[in-house]
Amino acid sequence: MPWTDQNVENVIGNVLRYGVLLSATIVVVGGGIFLVRHGHEPIPYHVFHGEPAEFRRIPGILTSAASFRGRGIIQLGLLLLIATPIARVAFSIIGFTAEKDRLYAVFAMIVCLVLLYSLVAT
Amino acid sequence: MTILTFTLLVFAGAIGAGLLGSLTGLGGGVVLVPLLALLFKVDIRYAVGSSLVSVIATSSGAAAAYVKEGFSNIRVGIFLEIATTFGALFGAFLATRISTQAIAIVFGVMLLISAYLASRPRVPRPTDQVPDRLATRLRMNGSFPTEQGPRKYFVRRVPAGFSIMFGAGALSGLLGIGSGALKVLAMDQAMRIPFKVSTTTSNFMIGVTAAASAGVYLSRGYIDPGLAMPVMLGVLTGSFFGARILPKADTKWLRLVFGAVILFLAIQMIYKGAVGGI
Repeated sequence: MPWTDQNVENVIGNVLRYGVLLSATIVVVGGGIFLVRHGHEPIPYHVFHGEPAEFRRIPGILTSAASFRGRGIIQLGLLLLIATPIARVAFSIIGFTAEKDRLYAVFAMIVCLVLLYSLVAT
Repeated sequence: MTILTFTLLVFAGAIGAGLLGSLTGLGGGVVLVPLLALLFKVDIRYAVGSSLVSVIATSSGAAAAYVKEGFSNIRVGIFLEIATTFGALFGAFLATRISTQAIAIVFGVMLLISAYLASRPRVPRPTDQVPDRLATRLRMNGSFPTEQGPRKYFVRRVPAGFSIMFGAGALSGLLGIGSGALKVLAMDQAMRIPFKVSTTTSNFMIGVTAAASAGVYLSRGYIDPGLAMPVMLGVLTGSFFGARILPKADTKWLRLVFGAVILFLAIQMIYKGAVGGI
């Protein structure tokens, strides 16, 4: 199968769809645990507190999810969701490189760097 | 109200927002943020954070379907994403600096503009047959399938499109919406890209743009798992069914209803922002 824009995009499209499905599944599992444990409590969203560190940083989210905390698992699912567009851009870099389109490989790389910067460095 | 009741109500509201968003092409966030902020009295920062997450879900979830149609222009998308992602970072940082009242007012104004753009009848214009030097050098010209076979088109005015896209990204990052209407405007009106190509390319840019501000939102604590859960699942469900109904739906009537809802929400957001009730 030759590398053309169209079949590269088909692969990417499917990767994204399964990424979203997987992320939604993880969120459902985490949501179930969260509601069973905290469903009866009053709602805390009227006033902004900002999330605790364990739900704001990737290491914290991983630790929290590994100890089967409902909200940690939800946050892990959301993290996976945020990663799907990053995966799409990363695949584009590979696609453009395979097509020997150096200019667009560089463009895709710039976009990818902005996304990674936002996720890990802000 | 307990968390369980609240979660179920938000889930139902998010289904409605996702349904309307996909049927009208404006996206779920446009209804979702006012719904959470005005009706559920959620702090607007949490509302914006969870809306942004749902924007990524719908964009990525629909990507496979859009790709199959063969309309989107990947080069145009990647190139303009440079503008939207930098814009989104800027918008997200701005959101952490300005007051929630200011965010509400900007949101209301954006709603008014979206309602106007969506209600305006689209005048079909002849596609330009003159290649543009910059767009040609960037290999952006493409073709899309029609019943009479593939039709070629030429992309125009790249700098204008690029600038509008920076603005679209900034609005997305500031308000937690996909800002698809503005993205389509940049491609369809400024760059003279055929409408169908503009809308599908815009859809796949939306997720990438939103991901650029999601990192900032996450690290600043705007994304609450308990709230984002029903929002994301609801919008995803709503837009899934929206896409199924769309071919059969009477969109003209729907747009009218949606326009009225948007107008009402816009006035509420601006009013609450001005008197400080948000």
